[in-house]
Amino acid sequence: MTIQTTRSEDTLTVHLTGELDHHSAAGWRSAIDREAICCHPKRLVLDFSDVTFMDSSGIGLVMGRYKLMRSWGGDLRLGGLSPRLRQMMSLAGIDRLPVWEEGENHETY
Amino acid sequence: MKPINEMKVQFPSRSVNERLARSVVSAFAAGLDPTLDELADLRTAVSEAVTNCIVHAYPDSIGKISLQLRLFTDGRLSVKITDWGVGIDDIKQAMTPLYTSGGEDRAGLGFSVMESFCDRVRVRSKAGHGTTVTLDKYILSRHTEAV
Ligand SMILES: Nc1ncnc2c1ncn2[C@@H]1O[C@H](COP(=O)(O)OP(=O)(O)OP(=O)(O)O)[C@@H](O)[C@H]1O
Ligand SMILES: [Mg+2]
Repeated sequence: MTIQTTRSEDTLTVHLTGELDHHSAAGWRSAIDREAICCHPKRLVLDFSDVTFMDSSGIGLVMGRYKLMRSWGGDLRLGGLSPRLRQMMSLAGIDRLPVWEEGENHETY
Repeated sequence: MKPINEMKVQFPSRSVNERLARSVVSAFAAGLDPTLDELADLRTAVSEAVTNCIVHAYPDSIGKISLQLRLFTDGRLSVKITDWGVGIDDIKQAMTPLYTSGGEDRAGLGFSVMESFCDRVRVRSKAGHGTTVTLDKYILSRHTEAV
């Protein structure tokens, strides 16, 4: 599991690589929160394109980061979700939140 | 029905073993030549059940987890995950989508994920004694062609 963050203007982009389970989620969560809490970016982008496995720990990670960003009026965007990950996010109703990256095709289930 | 293949492993409830459990299931199912989707379904469901043992069954200690795999002639793969932890008082409530007794980073969707990726999910539990989750999934795609 590795994490790569880039910051530009008001956006913090986090590129996640590897398997996202309960074991790895704690490390990812604290790395993301450290960056987010220090600078209160307007937007947090989580890029899932190199996540090779995810279970409900990943849903919890996203829900928690959504709440965190909303706490200072920021927003969250999710990018690079495979149809499988998107299906899992929809179990939590996350697909009904305005979190999709522009250009992401909503119809590809 | 008698299984045509079976195995059982036991490991302590350490979070590194979530990945180990997924690998064991992949290896066991490989002989069935499952599709990538079927394999991902299984790996995800098993990861949920094993994580629940680690997070909920043994919240402040390390206990043992048993993973039993059985394969039947009709292509049914049955995975039984057992712990001897705190148990579940109200199974119906526990299986309700979004219900969680865990902290803020739990979505309460583990059972929902298991149910959406498996053909059948059964839970037996007794408070103070432990929990057994049985996941059944039919690996039909290429299996049926192979017979
Ligand atoms: N093996 C277990 N032992 C004791 N309690 C359990 C066990 N498995 C599940 N539970 C109980 O059932 C609840 C629901 O489990 P479920 O996996 O659906 O959600 P979660 O683990 O709380 O959150 P998530 O899986 O989304 O991270 C748990 O919060 C816990 O109270
Ligand atoms: Mg769970």
